[in-house]
Amino acid sequence: MPLSFEVNGKQVTVEVEPRMTLVDCLRHKLRLTGTHVGCEHGVCGACTILLDGEAVRACLILAVQAEGCKIVTIEGLSNDEALTPLQASFRRHHAVQCGFCTPGMITTAHALLSEEPDCDADRVREVLSGNICRCTGYISIVEAVLDARSAYRPPESQP
Amino acid sequence: MRNSFVGSPVERREDLRFVRGRGQYVDDLNPDGLLHAVILRSSFAHGRIRSIDASATVKLAGVHAVITARDMPGGPPRIPMRLQPLPEFMPFEQGVIADTKVRYVGEPIAVVVATSVAVGEDALDHIVVDIEPLPAVSDCETSAAGDRLLFEQQGANCAMTFTAECGDADAAFKAAAYVRREKFRTGRHFGLTLEPRGVMAEWDAATGRLTVSGAAKVPFFNRRVLAEQMGLPEDSIAMIENDVGGGFGARGEFYPEDFLIPFAARYTGRPVKWIEDRRENLMAMNHARQAQVEVEIACAHDGTILALRGHAHVDMGAYMRTNGAVAARNIAQFMAGPYRIPNIRVKSSLWMTNKTPVGTYRGPGRFETDFFRERLLDMVAKDLRLDRVELRRRNLIPASHMPYPLPAIAPFPASDEIDSGDYRATLDRCLEEFGWADKAKLAGKLIDGRFHGLAVGCFIEGGAAGPKETARLEINPDGSVAVFIGSSAVGQGVETVFAQIAADALEIPMDRISGVHHGSTAYVSDGYGAYHSRSVVMGGSALLDATKNLHNLIRTAAAKRFGCLPSEIKISEDGIVGPHGSSARFADFAGLTAEGAFLNKKHTYTFGAHAAHVTVDARIGRIEIIDYLAVTDCGRIINPMTVRGQVIGSLVQGLGGALLEDLKYDKDGQLLTGSLADYLLPSASDFPNLRAVVTEMFPSPINPLGAKGAGEGGIISAGGVVANAVANALGAFGVEPRELPLTPQRVWEMVEAGRLAT
Amino acid sequence: MKLPAFDYACPATLAEALALLASRDDAKALAGGQSLVPMMAFRIASPSLLVDLRRLSDLRKIAIDTSGVRLGAMVRWRDIEDDARLNGAHPLLKAAVSHVAHYQIRNRGTVGGSIAHADPAAEMPGIAVTCDADIAVTGTRGARVICADDFFIAPLMTALAADEIITEIRLPAWPPRRRWGFREFSRRRGDFALAAAAVFFDVDDAGKAYNAHIGAIGVGDRPARLPAAEAEVNGQVVDIAISERAGRAASASVDPQSDIHASGAYRKSLIGTMVERALQSAAGMSAL
Repeated sequence: MPLSFEVNGKQVTVEVEPRMTLVDCLRHKLRLTGTHVGCEHGVCGACTILLDGEAVRACLILAVQAEGCKIVTIEGLSNDEALTPLQASFRRHHAVQCGFCTPGMITTAHALLSEEPDCDADRVREVLSGNICRCTGYISIVEAVLDARSAYRPPESQP
Repeated sequence: MRNSFVGSPVERREDLRFVRGRGQYVDDLNPDGLLHAVILRSSFAHGRIRSIDASATVKLAGVHAVITARDMPGGPPRIPMRLQPLPEFMPFEQGVIADTKVRYVGEPIAVVVATSVAVGEDALDHIVVDIEPLPAVSDCETSAAGDRLLFEQQGANCAMTFTAECGDADAAFKAAAYVRREKFRTGRHFGLTLEPRGVMAEWDAATGRLTVSGAAKVPFFNRRVLAEQMGLPEDSIAMIENDVGGGFGARGEFYPEDFLIPFAARYTGRPVKWIEDRRENLMAMNHARQAQVEVEIACAHDGTILALRGHAHVDMGAYMRTNGAVAARNIAQFMAGPYRIPNIRVKSSLWMTNKTPVGTYRGPGRFETDFFRERLLDMVAKDLRLDRVELRRRNLIPASHMPYPLPAIAPFPASDEIDSGDYRATLDRCLEEFGWADKAKLAGKLIDGRFHGLAVGCFIEGGAAGPKETARLEINPDGSVAVFIGSSAVGQGVETVFAQIAADALEIPMDRISGVHHGSTAYVSDGYGAYHSRSVVMGGSALLDATKNLHNLIRTAAAKRFGCLPSEIKISEDGIVGPHGSSARFADFAGLTAEGAFLNKKHTYTFGAHAAHVTVDARIGRIEIIDYLAVTDCGRIINPMTVRGQVIGSLVQGLGGALLEDLKYDKDGQLLTGSLADYLLPSASDFPNLRAVVTEMFPSPINPLGAKGAGEGGIISAGGVVANAVANALGAFGVEPRELPLTPQRVWEMVEAGRLAT
Repeated sequence: MKLPAFDYACPATLAEALALLASRDDAKALAGGQSLVPMMAFRIASPSLLVDLRRLSDLRKIAIDTSGVRLGAMVRWRDIEDDARLNGAHPLLKAAVSHVAHYQIRNRGTVGGSIAHADPAAEMPGIAVTCDADIAVTGTRGARVICADDFFIAPLMTALAADEIITEIRLPAWPPRRRWGFREFSRRRGDFALAAAAVFFDVDDAGKAYNAHIGAIGVGDRPARLPAAEAEVNGQVVDIAISERAGRAASASVDPQSDIHASGAYRKSLIGTMVERALQSAAGMSAL
């Protein structure tokens, strides 16, 4: 069936079977392969995207359920010129090893920091507990997210 | 220019694409005409295949082919052992697809090639498989009983018994003042990678060339195997390494799918891709760790260890896979770890069972055997009323004894020795940084409902397996230099660390290293890959050799151009200078390329000490890590940031093995943990309090870099140290953990048993 | 795995949704999909028609008045977290929901979906039973109200007919001075409970407890109140000794099955500890 939604600021229309998950639609229909698939049963968080601004698991959503929604993927949070403050923080803190969980980590952290730029380490850990990383042991990821908080605070609150 | 990129926390080059979602993993490839493979896997642990009928399946819309053993002329080829390929193991090797018998749940029976994965999975239901079930061998005891045979013609389920030996253990036990005998077990874990495995194969019938994407870890070895199995010349196959979402020993070994997918591509004449789903990953990727041991230690009254004697039994699963014997061997050979034990005889038997076959997982055998040994040491300290730290310090191999020979292992004779180190120094550093003296006062105390416990343990970590690695440098048209290595990337940051090494060796800025190309068979003449913490040590050393060779080529070429002797040429960051004001730029020698190699028969031994402070909520068995410190000396540090990343990352995997991860089977050989909701991986909220200190006091004397393998040390101590800390916390209940993982239920059961006993 | 094939409909009204659901024997309502989609991905469930409820905005409301809290079936965990009114109107609900799954799931998962899924280790069914909630359902044959205790029958099995949709979960009013506690033990944050206890009681002028409700989660084939434990609490000033007695009574009154996550004996012990600690927390004592 035909399906229209907005992805990373662009309106798209694709033809999908109802059984196609949103992550498969993004990856294989729209070739947005930055979003990864690690389990297909809603545990690992690698497929996290932003749906109408909220972090969701794209393997647990049918593509057809996203009709009319606004989707942002890791590609939409990136640009060619420079790393965003959150991306730069991930790099600076060595919060990346194999890179497979990274897009899901960054989309999740982006959603969190956008809403709660003053969250503490416990909150970061709680939120990221839905994203499995098998390489880093998480210490550096939590540090990276905490260090990126200032970039999400309104300008007047920054020194 | 004298650079010092080596030793600096250089930010990783590969991150620039990873943080933008621009990595390219095998499932990101979608060539025109692509078909998708899905695999029908056995739902029986043990059975005889009576028939497979796919006649209805091939007629389904969207199904292009169904491949079974019958489609392979001469029968399905076997997958040979890569490490310890002893003839005794050959009968136990796995064929690429089940033929007459199935021996584990998850064994491939048929491959469906279809227009989409979904259509292929729909089609699986239509294949009619008739299997006569046989009684399953679900553990070592049943395997040893011998009345249920996996390989009838072998007459027994034991594939091998290794013996590690030095001195005269029996004589030492006879004379010893103190002896303790114990039994321990470790659970079944595996090197689960977050990216499931995947293979994409393209067959060009016109040229007879095969291209296989998704290669990892050991592409050159795998190409040799595949060429043999497919009846193709090696050089007609290209193995392409894409970005690899984690290795940990498990990914990149030759698995059945590494043949089945290229075979399907040639069979259908279309590109074919297979991406493992997580459910099948849990039953198809190499398992690891599950072992039990009966072990005895003999000591003098002062705690001096005199001898170690024991027999380990390793649950191998259904086949001997490529590196399946490594853990069993290491359990025997490394049971003494960093301690000086003059008399050793430890056997390790490999028992075939109807489970997913085992292979290596980071720190293979070492995690297990360190748990056995460190537990034993704390028990000895308690028995002899010795301080646990003092007992260890007394028995650590003194620095003056380096290099120190390892026990001989039979029947795979290869003498090995520990290269360098001062184990007491890292132990002392660990105690000091940890604040042991203060924290030890908390031992066994009940504070706010939780019991506090502490422990410390020491380890060694082998690295830098030989025999060889290859590297090549090539000057680009713009004068920058490209690096090509036979090592593989599995997420450990090789593009950055090799650029650091190359820039320092060539004495040019790092931005003039255009790229580090790794893992694919096209780049160097031969490569050995990423295992046994070898990439940096072996590839880096080869890179130094390649630099020397490239400089020689430049000198020769420049001398010819300038009409002088090669010895008169000076190479610097700014260019190439000859006598009488003659000069040239690197770009003038574009296309010059030099390969280098490093050969090595010995291994490096990183070492260190770990300390843990835990609390236990004894009512529910919950363990919390309050503080955990890993101190590691890994020789020359290339990038302190990535080394620390290796230590913390592997430590959390170790804690996962110590506390969470367990692949469970029932008596019929059915896998009970078939999802990530059942196989519990550590998450971000589990272990927030971990610290790592990495030092470089003892560069390795056996390679020009002075580096040691450092990818596995974090995992090795975790089980023993955590278990000892729990025993320390729950001393009031007489708790002595003898089995991992230490689930809350097990802890609770031990506490309850202790309550009843008192 | 990929999901098996099915048809999909996204009706605009409840009446349309009910008609669609009644149109096939194996049609299924799709709320947040956080339980149903994984089951389909394992091909454990394969409905031939999914009726997506996402356009039924009437089901997304949280209503709070003197009669209590009414949660529309499509209210998400996230909505409960974000609703500050619930801090006073139903603190026990709020505490329990904080244990549900993970961040991303909480943005999608719904109370109605959880109630319909009926996992015995899930928090929401446990709260519904503990708090004597009513489950309002409707079908082509009309609407009815089922009390939570009658609603849950067995693991993944409820009194909901195949052609019915849950519309609302009605939690009775929460008096301002009510004492409550919630304790859960799971292997990792966000995992299903190995055992959890939801408790509340009211206190008379003499400081004695009455109207004790003690619910057990994860230790049976459905969530259940534990009358024997409640009896230990009613008429007593809740202190350490009473909480321990209630914990022992809780343990004694359940007979959990063993599974790969925990043995029956362990779960039996756990529920006692959870009840004891939840009661101590309710009584204002510090408790693990």
